[in-house]
Amino acid sequence: MDLDELYQEVILDHYKRPRGVGLREPFEGESHQVNPTCGDEITLRVHVEGDTVADLSYENVGCSISKASASVLYELVNGANIDDALARLKEFTALMNSRGQGEADEETLEDAVAFTGVSKYPMRVKCALLGWMAFKDALVRAEAVPTPEGGAE
Amino acid sequence: MEAASKLDVESIRADFPILQRKIGDKTLAYLDSAATSQRPVQVTDAMRQFTDYSNANISRSVHTLASEATDAYEGARAKVASFIGAISPDEVVFTKNSTESINLITYAFQNAAVERGADPRFVLKPGDEVVVTEMEHHANLVPWQQLCLRTGATLRWIGITEEGRLDLDDLDEVVNERTKVVSFVHVANLLGTVNPTSQIVARAKAVGALVGLDSSQAVPHIPVDVAELGVDFMAFTGHKMLGPTGIGILWAKAELLDAMPPFLTGGSMIETVTMERTTFAKAPAKFEAGTPPVAEAVGLAAAVEYLEALGMENVRAHEKELAGYMLEKLEAVDGVTIIGPRVPIGRGATVSFELEGVHPHDVGQILDSEGVAVRVGHHCAKPTCIRFGVTATTRASGYVYTTTDEIDRMVSALDKVRKVFA
Ligand SMILES: Cc1ncc(COP(=O)(O)O)c(C=O)c1O
Repeated sequence: MDLDELYQEVILDHYKRPRGVGLREPFEGESHQVNPTCGDEITLRVHVEGDTVADLSYENVGCSISKASASVLYELVNGANIDDALARLKEFTALMNSRGQGEADEETLEDAVAFTGVSKYPMRVKCALLGWMAFKDALVRAEAVPTPEGGAE
Repeated sequence: MEAASKLDVESIRADFPILQRKIGDKTLAYLDSAATSQRPVQVTDAMRQFTDYSNANISRSVHTLASEATDAYEGARAKVASFIGAISPDEVVFTKNSTESINLITYAFQNAAVERGADPRFVLKPGDEVVVTEMEHHANLVPWQQLCLRTGATLRWIGITEEGRLDLDDLDEVVNERTKVVSFVHVANLLGTVNPTSQIVARAKAVGALVGLDSSQAVPHIPVDVAELGVDFMAFTGHKMLGPTGIGILWAKAELLDAMPPFLTGGSMIETVTMERTTFAKAPAKFEAGTPPVAEAVGLAAAVEYLEALGMENVRAHEKELAGYMLEKLEAVDGVTIIGPRVPIGRGATVSFELEGVHPHDVGQILDSEGVAVRVGHHCAKPTCIRFGVTATTRASGYVYTTTDEIDRMVSALDKVRKVFA
């Protein structure tokens, strides 16, 4: 087991010094997500102004992977255009579901590239995606994107 | 290893091929037997022998194989019955697992609530009470909670002390004349606590309530005798006692099984059937609708034989030593807090702990990289986690094949965890 691949410096750094943490006002959409197998939780809010994610704020409990992932998410999508944010969400989700086969694009994913190794650990993919699922759901609740078929969760 | 141990752990280990397995380049140290135990070759061989030479459906045909299969299945029932001191094999019902065994009981209550002429002991109404404890596995909590929601009865529970023991101070208030049934965990799967049963059983009897045990973590690890315990029903599961998955056990007093409405209905559980109505077979058949897990029963019987040959008193003594060793070594690790009893008295070799500043998921991952398998998470005991203010714990659990060396490997791997997250 190559641990260094999983616990990259970048991940440990985001875990120890999470960016953007805390729940803030105003917000139009809030989502609460739980990983039922391990009890990790996140509450995440989005504040939308026009077509921009004007603020993304969150509180979470969880492992290093889930906490670092939420912090990286903040850096990537806070202040971003909603379409760009959704594109990153799609890209990151695909990377996580790639079972170690995915190629990450540093241009678009920045620090999230460090999570490539996580995709080799099926038990941890859910940890990495928890915050991103909350983000997707919060955008729906904020009515910033159309409701996906079959509901948000 | 331990001079005082009555188990020859080295020769036991030779019966478990999986213990030779490498995880990466490290030999497996399996410290997750509370989730599921490993199986000795005796169990796999018995199942294979049955499958290769005697496989048939039971009780349905007159050919030789059917008769051998029926004998094997009923023989397993008799073996389990004698292992737990049941007066008759007919008191042993085979299910899928503990969870189904407990649901079989709660559905007897639920079906009785809507059936005319049901035994009043099973009929719950608003104002009636059901008692569990705060340290239940979800398997012995959710079914009772749902039953109460559906019948209007009230769910009550016995709390947990700071030391991880049942808080029996207000037992007489929690178990009272409104109580219809008390169902509690015998050995707690997160805390490792071995609960004293006599006081709760006596109180339940005194108020005329039925009383049962979730012995999923007890039957594999300590001598269990249903007559001595004085309970009305008991659930346990094959895969935690060296047996296969797919088979569980409900033991209940014959008189109670007779009074209970069936849970699943269909083939094999009937006496006679017309298009309008059905009369049911006697227990245990009444509760075993459909083709049962025959090969699994054969494997379970082999597991019981294996445990009997070791001697359950010896198993208990071995695990008491393991518990003492684990507690001592873990207490010495910087930043470790044990959740559950901190002395090896009235507890098993299942120890949950927190490592300061590191989430159990990360602990488990790094331990795995050293070949050490532990369980992390809420262990299907969320209320216990809430009681101790944690979302998850790391849990190490030992069994008949566990060595102190494996515990040492876990403890040194914890140092590595601390280095990564320093
Ligand atoms: C105390 C306790 N009760 C019930 C269960 C459920 O057992 P099973 O999953 O085999 O139904 C378990 C095991 O997970 C347990 O530890």
